[in-house]
Amino acid sequence: TDKKRSTSDKGRERDGLFPVRRFRPSRAALLNGSGTRGGRGSISSSGSIDERSSDCLDLTAEGIAMEKMSRVTTALSSSALTGHTMHCHLDAPANAISVCRDAAQVVVAGRSIFKIYAIEEEQFVEKLNLRVGRKPSLNLSCADVVWHQMDENLLATAATNGVVVTWNLGRPSRNKQDQLFTEHKRTVNKVCFHPSEAHVLLSGSQDGFMKCFDLRRKDSVSTFSGEALGGGLGRWSSETPVHPMFCHPVLKLGHSFVQGLTSEKRIQGKARPRSLYQKPPDPVGICSEINGEMSPGQSESVRDVQFSIRDYFTFASTFENGNVQLWDIRRPDRCERMFTAHNGPVFCCDWHPEDRGWLATGGRDKMVKVWDMTTQRAKEVHCVQTIASVARVKWRPECRHHLATCSMMVDHNIYVWDVRRPFVPAAMFEEHRDVTTGIAWRHPHDPSFLLSGSKDSTLCQHLFRDASQPVERANPEGLCYGLFGDLAFAAKESLVAAESGRKPYAGDRRQPIFFKRKLDPAEPFAGLASSALSVFEMEPGSGSMSWFVDTAERYALAGRPLAELCDHNSKVARELGRNQVAQTWTMLRIIYCSPGLVPTTNLNHSVGKGSSCGLPLMNSFNLKDMAQGLGSETRLDRSKGDTRSDTVLLDSSATLITNEDNEETEGSDVPADYLLGDAEGEDDELYLLDPDHAHTEEPEYVLPQEAFPLRHEIVDTPPGPENLQDKADSPHVSGSEADVASLAPMDSSFSLVSVSHALYDSRLPPDFFSALVCDMLRFYAEQGDVQMAVSVLIVLGERVRKDIDEQTQEHWYASYIDLLQRFCLWNVSNQVVKLSTSRAISCLNQASTTLHVNCSHCKRPMSSRGWVCDRCHRCASMCAVCHHVVKGLFVWCQGCSHGGHLQHIMKWLEGSSHCPAGCGHLCEYS
Amino acid sequence: MRLATAANEAYTASLAVSELLGCKQCGGGRGQDEELGIRIPRPLGHGPSRFIPEKEILQVGSEDAQMHALFADSFAALGRLDNITLVMVFHPQYLESFLKTQHYLLQMDGPLPLHYRHYIGIMAAARHQCSYLVNLHVNDFLHVGGDSKWLNGLENAPQKLQNLGELNKLLAHRPWLITKEHIEQLLKAEEHSWSLAELVHAVVLLTHYHSLASFTFGCGISPEIHCDGGHTFRPPSVNNYCICDITNGNHSVEENQVNSAGNVSISDSFFEVEALMEKMRQLQECRDEEEASQEEMASRFEIEKRESMFVFSSDDDEVTPAREISRHFEDTSYGYKDFSRHGMHVPTFRVQDYCWEDHGYSLVNRLYPDVGQLIDEKFHIAYNLTYNTMAMHKDVDTSMLRRAIWNYIHCMFGIRYDDYDYGEINQLLDRSFKVYIKTIVCTPEKVTKRMYDSFWRQFKHSEKVHVNLLLIEARMQAELLYALRAITRYMT
Repeated sequence: TDKKRSTSDKGRERDGLFPVRRFRPSRAALLNGSGTRGGRGSISSSGSIDERSSDCLDLTAEGIAMEKMSRVTTALSSSALTGHTMHCHLDAPANAISVCRDAAQVVVAGRSIFKIYAIEEEQFVEKLNLRVGRKPSLNLSCADVVWHQMDENLLATAATNGVVVTWNLGRPSRNKQDQLFTEHKRTVNKVCFHPSEAHVLLSGSQDGFMKCFDLRRKDSVSTFSGEALGGGLGRWSSETPVHPMFCHPVLKLGHSFVQGLTSEKRIQGKARPRSLYQKPPDPVGICSEINGEMSPGQSESVRDVQFSIRDYFTFASTFENGNVQLWDIRRPDRCERMFTAHNGPVFCCDWHPEDRGWLATGGRDKMVKVWDMTTQRAKEVHCVQTIASVARVKWRPECRHHLATCSMMVDHNIYVWDVRRPFVPAAMFEEHRDVTTGIAWRHPHDPSFLLSGSKDSTLCQHLFRDASQPVERANPEGLCYGLFGDLAFAAKESLVAAESGRKPYAGDRRQPIFFKRKLDPAEPFAGLASSALSVFEMEPGSGSMSWFVDTAERYALAGRPLAELCDHNSKVARELGRNQVAQTWTMLRIIYCSPGLVPTTNLNHSVGKGSSCGLPLMNSFNLKDMAQGLGSETRLDRSKGDTRSDTVLLDSSATLITNEDNEETEGSDVPADYLLGDAEGEDDELYLLDPDHAHTEEPEYVLPQEAFPLRHEIVDTPPGPENLQDKADSPHVSGSEADVASLAPMDSSFSLVSVSHALYDSRLPPDFFSALVCDMLRFYAEQGDVQMAVSVLIVLGERVRKDIDEQTQEHWYASYIDLLQRFCLWNVSNQVVKLSTSRAISCLNQASTTLHVNCSHCKRPMSSRGWVCDRCHRCASMCAVCHHVVKGLFVWCQGCSHGGHLQHIMKWLEGSSHCPAGCGHLCEYS
Repeated sequence: MRLATAANEAYTASLAVSELLGCKQCGGGRGQDEELGIRIPRPLGHGPSRFIPEKEILQVGSEDAQMHALFADSFAALGRLDNITLVMVFHPQYLESFLKTQHYLLQMDGPLPLHYRHYIGIMAAARHQCSYLVNLHVNDFLHVGGDSKWLNGLENAPQKLQNLGELNKLLAHRPWLITKEHIEQLLKAEEHSWSLAELVHAVVLLTHYHSLASFTFGCGISPEIHCDGGHTFRPPSVNNYCICDITNGNHSVEENQVNSAGNVSISDSFFEVEALMEKMRQLQECRDEEEASQEEMASRFEIEKRESMFVFSSDDDEVTPAREISRHFEDTSYGYKDFSRHGMHVPTFRVQDYCWEDHGYSLVNRLYPDVGQLIDEKFHIAYNLTYNTMAMHKDVDTSMLRRAIWNYIHCMFGIRYDDYDYGEINQLLDRSFKVYIKTIVCTPEKVTKRMYDSFWRQFKHSEKVHVNLLLIEARMQAELLYALRAITRYMT
């Protein structure tokens, strides 16, 4: 076992790599650390991502070096930007913002606003209102705005009525409107200037088309259809493959031409220089991802278009159906590649400013994904899960892995994520009171200023250093007890390092084991949050919890008179050598079961007094008498006293009743999806575990439990208290009982024994003791023996319940149930849930109650609806007597495998011993 | 006593039928049951729809595999194959999505208890006096353990549901009046308050049943045989005719009438289709040529909106709802008509600022997971459904026509698309069609067979059902948009 232990410890060490991720403030994460034995799921490792990202680094390092040289126009000027977090009120909600390349002006556009603001040291100053004219035209109702990154005078807007407008700030007149393109039929969602070309503008519209405009011409130069591949071929190929526009760079001989050519080379992987007039090679080879899912003729709305910053001819477009397409601007007939990026609309995309291959996309499915486009198939390298649909995404300048997002609905904050840490945002800006509609980094090389516009009619400048950092608030320490008293503890490395110098004090029996993670400089959060995990182990033997398991299994909690329960439990405790507990049970019996009071003992559990007294009380819950009392008329006669071991007969009474109405409910109720039992107030549904034969015989048949009335409503109560079990998990339980100090209160109660005997004659009511009993329960709970507390609580029922506040009870129940489940004592835990009177607890077994049914013929899972198998078109499990589907208890003969409704078979067997199916078999049911 | 005699009558009558005539069409199995003295109800009306001749509708048993699977699903989910399903199966693709959504809304995980769901369905259907849906859901409501006392009227239901009455009324007739105050009232009513998730569930249910009521009336769905008005115990044969003879006879007569009526105007209506197609072609071609000014566009919308209020059938007689139905809602007089008479102004709702795809979906899916997806799919299918046919023509791009219908309905609710030229509506939708649309969407209870017959006379029944699908989905989306916008405003 030692070896086994150490390997699992290594696993833990690994888990400790990313403490924040691991110790996200959820209970599940805490359980994971220790719950390996309980089978609570595993923790995913996260090493692979980093490997991948470093690969990318290698791939593109050369590229970056090259591009840096050409980055002349946009380099940060000598004076660094200054400013504060500030905001200004706009007159109307903004839809989009864009920054001038000098980083000193910002344009805000919306349905009824179109203004330019100067960003000054302390405030925004309105510089220009572009919304002029007496009658506001729909052309001014902007869905998007973009400022040319090379020409300070050039702006473009996308109007909601489908018009693309360009604005020239250099015009002398008040109206700066330059050109009007009315080619789109529907709202234009996005406009985008070519990053290095002065006259090229791209637009994407709701009508499913993207158009490329040359600003020196009156109409578009090419149109790209988002339709399925080939669908647009016939209609839109009228454009000449090489357009004059592309002669332009040649004439200008600007750096962009060179850049375009080199990028071309890189993509093709060929050194052969090619003329721009030449059509690019057919990209059939790359089109492996294109699938024919879309039916032709249904053009999907374009939500975003973005020119690649590095590849001269490439742009990406995103669609309402979740697709992303990559286009070569010279080839309007078909896209270079297409892949499905999101489930639902892809609202936005953004090329990484440095990495050629990286494209970030954000969608309605609340995800931000980062794609590596350099490979044959677009590869998802990172995925960030946000809490609301992602409306905009923008890479943060100079920070390779950072991007900013904002949402379209519900969530008003702006988040900056480190894509390698997808669960906690690196920074969060909470200034806006309504959804943020536009974000822009102020300068392409300054990572600290973010501008944003919002539906709440404000324009904000956020400073990165003023952002709130959720990571700071996250608790980087984690602590968890193992089942056998081991303790695991993870904390910031700096903290642990300081502590580790200290010597463990002499009295400590447990050995601390330290695991220290080796620091890897390539790790993304090396400096930020490295942590160490320490595990303290119990000495072998001292942590044995067998007493707990035994006690849990053998205690009787209900179904018999109180006196018997107490006696039984006392006996169990004594046999396990827990004399104090045994004594307590005896006292309880004396207090509550004096002869004169016996009749009242059955108040709580109104149980038929069966013959249970004669049964040996050794094994598990003996609840048989009661079930018999309820169901004896209806149960198969032969079943009496026969084997039922391991057969959990849930709802024995309820089932029989439903069987009778089975015919009425068939067909109209909800099949295959119902609850197992109604937990509330049904103390009389029991597990039937027959002690006589529990381990002597194999079960002869198993009755599947099904058939409950129509599913009832899941009580809409919040889940039980979450982090309460810690206290109860204390491993000290066994040892502490020997403590002298802790026995002090018990001493006094010992004396009570004699006292109470005397008092009984004078008929002292049990209420007299209730305060003491409650103290006793609390004592046990605090000692860590929550088992005792809960058991007594259940056994005494109403007698003490009212004296202990609901919260405490819930806490105890939750702790005990948690412990039971960790020891895999599912039956006991479910019984405790059932017997509990607390609402929060009893709703526990109303959760995840779906039952999956397989077809009895072909073994395939049945569809969610109906009882007819999709595959073999037969009804599953027919009753041999009535030929209806059996939705309840199905009983069958193991000889001929015919069977049916329990009741029908019972009836049938009264009259005949042959199989009702007519197979001639002499059926035997027991 | 009366029952007994009725039973006897039925008994003797059926004896007469089976013995004297020995009709083969009826099948032999019936005799046995009747000998037991059981009263056999007989369906009134012929087929699932009063508007569509039975033989036009797909016969159960002749469906293809896909339809069969749909029927099986529907039967498994509802325990019946209702007339709505039988009519909708004209468009199996839509039906599948519809059934999936309805099943999820009524029976799968959701914040509202089952009987609440059916009761809300009853409330919504009752707003339009749709006895068909009310009856169906009264049965379901009782079946899932609802308290029959509630059925005596909304005032007998819990306060929580009573509070929903106002929202129901507004949603059904004037959704643009819903404000965040209404939402607040529902959410902050102390012990009767709704949670956001419950409210979204309720809103989805209400809008679903408002529009389903539109469909029921729009397609003239016949009552189910087990519901009131769906059957009779009267002996089928007064003149010693077999039941099937009578129905067959009636059928042929009816069809003859239809045909003869059709013959009169056949050239007329043929011309209609041609004209419509011609207009579509023109619009397609000259779209770019004449560019209307912005003011012109804006005023076109206003004109269309205003006109839509006055489009009403001439027979304006008050239909007083049957007592049976009206008890489920208060304020029976409150309807769409009131405001149109008084010429109240409908504020303009700009879809570019709050649309289903971007905003509504996210909100619904957040508060009532998966339903946003289901409804989104349903909208998508309804909006994009096309067989590229128009009456007798094939390979027609109908997207323009479908968009005109969709936008016309949204226009009636004051929802404006910036990028749409509302002049197109006038070109494409003629008056009788507008009357039909308007009636179905606003006062479905007033739809008559005449209205159904008088629009698009040359078109197939399946196409008319298709139109109905567009209508109900557009209506549902319009109502949802207003309700969800109010909820969003409440939340921010």
